[in-house]
Amino acid sequence: MRRMMAAFALLTLLAWPAAHAVQPDEIMSDPAKEARARELSRELRCMVCQNQSIDDSDAPLARDLRLLVRERIGAGDSNSQVLDFLVARYGEFVLLKPRFERQTLVLWLLGPLLLIGGGLTLWLQIRRRAQSGADVPAPPLTPDEQARLAALMSDEAKSR
Amino acid sequence: MIAESGHYALVLALGLALIQSIVPLIGARLRDAALMNVARSTALAQLLFVGASFVALVMLHVNSDFSVANVYENSHSMKPLLYKITGVWGNHEGSMLLWVSILALFGGLVAAFGNNLPLSLRAHVLAVQAWVASAFYLFILVTSNPFLRIANPPIEGRDLNPVLQDIGLAVHPPMLYLGYVGFSISFSFAIAALMEGRIDAAWARWVRPWTLVAWIFLTLGIAMGSYWAYYELGWGGWWFWDPVENASLMPWLSGTALLHSALVMEKRNALKVWTILLSILTFSLSLLGTFLVRSGVITSVHAFATDPTRGVFILLILCLFIGGSLSLFAGRATSLKQGGLFAPISREGALVLNNLLLTVACAVVLFGTLYPLAMEMLADFKMSVGAPFYNLTFAPLFVLLLLAVPFGPMLAWKRGDLLGVTQRLLAAGVTGLVAVAIVWGWARGGSALAPLAIGLGVFVIAGAVTDIVERTGLVRLPFATVLHRARGLPRSAWGTAFAHAGLGVALIGIVCETTWNSEHIATMKQNDVAQIAGFDVKLDGLLQRQGPNFREMIAQFNVSRDGETLSVMTPSKRSFTTRGSSTTEAALLTRGASQLYISLGDANAEGAIAVRIYYKPMVLMIWWGPVLMAFGGVLSLSDRRLRVGAPKPARAKQRLQPAE
Repeated sequence: MRRMMAAFALLTLLAWPAAHAVQPDEIMSDPAKEARARELSRELRCMVCQNQSIDDSDAPLARDLRLLVRERIGAGDSNSQVLDFLVARYGEFVLLKPRFERQTLVLWLLGPLLLIGGGLTLWLQIRRRAQSGADVPAPPLTPDEQARLAALMSDEAKSR
Repeated sequence: MIAESGHYALVLALGLALIQSIVPLIGARLRDAALMNVARSTALAQLLFVGASFVALVMLHVNSDFSVANVYENSHSMKPLLYKITGVWGNHEGSMLLWVSILALFGGLVAAFGNNLPLSLRAHVLAVQAWVASAFYLFILVTSNPFLRIANPPIEGRDLNPVLQDIGLAVHPPMLYLGYVGFSISFSFAIAALMEGRIDAAWARWVRPWTLVAWIFLTLGIAMGSYWAYYELGWGGWWFWDPVENASLMPWLSGTALLHSALVMEKRNALKVWTILLSILTFSLSLLGTFLVRSGVITSVHAFATDPTRGVFILLILCLFIGGSLSLFAGRATSLKQGGLFAPISREGALVLNNLLLTVACAVVLFGTLYPLAMEMLADFKMSVGAPFYNLTFAPLFVLLLLAVPFGPMLAWKRGDLLGVTQRLLAAGVTGLVAVAIVWGWARGGSALAPLAIGLGVFVIAGAVTDIVERTGLVRLPFATVLHRARGLPRSAWGTAFAHAGLGVALIGIVCETTWNSEHIATMKQNDVAQIAGFDVKLDGLLQRQGPNFREMIAQFNVSRDGETLSVMTPSKRSFTTRGSSTTEAALLTRGASQLYISLGDANAEGAIAVRIYYKPMVLMIWWGPVLMAFGGVLSLSDRRLRVGAPKPARAKQRLQPAE
């Protein structure tokens, strides 16, 4: 994924190929299969690009992968069979949506756990505080602030 | 000479920053007003010198002085003047110089307009600001000097990456940096408060406008970057969950949370510790973003390992500031007294919920960005985290947030009446449901969730409208009274309504674009007609043209609907000879909020050309949303409450009057 890299004016030395992902000659004749291929393409990473799906990328490798996906679909593979096939060849790196397994447990569970844990903690804390103690008074003014306040008050009195 | 002067000015700025880092703090310890006031002069002088240094670099680029490495690497004598100037921040060294210039600008603004701040608070804030500045001046001078000369100057430069030669990119980085770096002010205020051990509602009132300014720029900066990617990169994508985008989204999320928690602190003197922590985290995320983008660690862990000087330097700065500020926080936070009790169901409670959801969303993005790096380094396990992951984890959090948004501003402070608010939002809810029904009946294809999401967007907008209707008494009161009340309504109330409505608008745009986007990919010859979404797009012909530093191939398309010609669209493909690379300039035809989008691929020998045509319904709403949000921010910024106590207009007027 190089687009926003540029936005931050980053890898300016990298050549920037004109973006053209799916080429007219790649499209499958069966629209249903083509739709499946597109859907899968969006979940697969072009390994030589930065975080770019093969659906977006115009690198030669991405094209090869797109054709490979279409070939597998044409051969009658289910979506998960296609993904398995690619993972077996290129490793987990090819999946933009990591699988739910030991190494990615923390990644997937972080959001829900934080939300539930944080929500419960906050709820209990707010309720406990609301039921118990009285309001803590605001800290007293410093001498500086008292002087300023007096000055402001006298200003106001004068302007009236 | 110019290069050396610029370099020297930067060294002087470092000297000033070092003085500003120490002297005001000694002054604060000794309660010496003169020493504390040093901060003011040094901050202004720093701005002057960094400004001079920046202007020097701009001049070098404008003059195409190729004896300077930075100019040689990134400029070309034939480049249009505008891009010679914007090319200054189109590279690492220049953009870091822009970063410190903006940091100095904010420091200068605090120095110039901070007259109403207590003297010791201002001294502390400016000193902290100078710590950050010193670290980054050192970084530039040691690892990324933009004024480096080349021993044997070449005749011609290597030109700027063509995709960066675009007006969108001219404005995007400065905007983004104004946002990123703007959060340094709330950071400095937070550290100053911790050092002084004193924090109150007044503190929040001083911090809020600065945070708001930074947030407005960041919002616009992100939106602009997204629109740039949409039209410049040629396949109509507008958000990619790229680590670099995430780097800007994270400070936005926590900055948005900060805006809301500072509100609670200002009004109700509650959530102090949390607000301080958010101030620290928001700027830390800005620093993290700078590290991710500048160190090259995203490109690959190995790229980082082969040339680690810059990366390690920023990593050190990062550890120093994040670690230092968090330990200061851990040591001092308990001494801050919590005030302002409230029931769970209350305006405060709603804002806490907002903070919880935004923080969790931010954590999800943070983990998604860093997890693959960590896994590769620690477990040698290569994995990717991309858009499909975030769609599953981030989107639900935002759905929850949007469901809650209309309730927040309508709940009372301290103890709210959820049932009552639900009744008052009934009309908004019904409007949302009607929208769901209409979209359900009208739409063909696409996810079943899409109508629901659009209904949610409509609910958020209707909720914002309801809030204003209730406050002004529209419907129940005579019109004149309503007008009077509308005028008397605090601008911040209008700001809230606009910003919240902007969320709904953006959501509707996002859902429409992703669900009903149609595309047509084909190889077209002259006089071929493509049909898409009811439009007939005919290729009239191809022509070649010579630009200032590129050659372009322009395709002319005639767009018609039901036989009636609407417009001629001319997408093009530019080849830049110096870098041997090319860009696609997509052609856009706007119809209401929707756009027809044509971009070109490669031409083949027989004169046929690969063409991608998209019809993107309601796509512009994606960016109208953030613009509305930023507009809401500006309204809120102009609120009387935030202007009061700022430079006193009455006294200024007196000064202008001649002596009588």
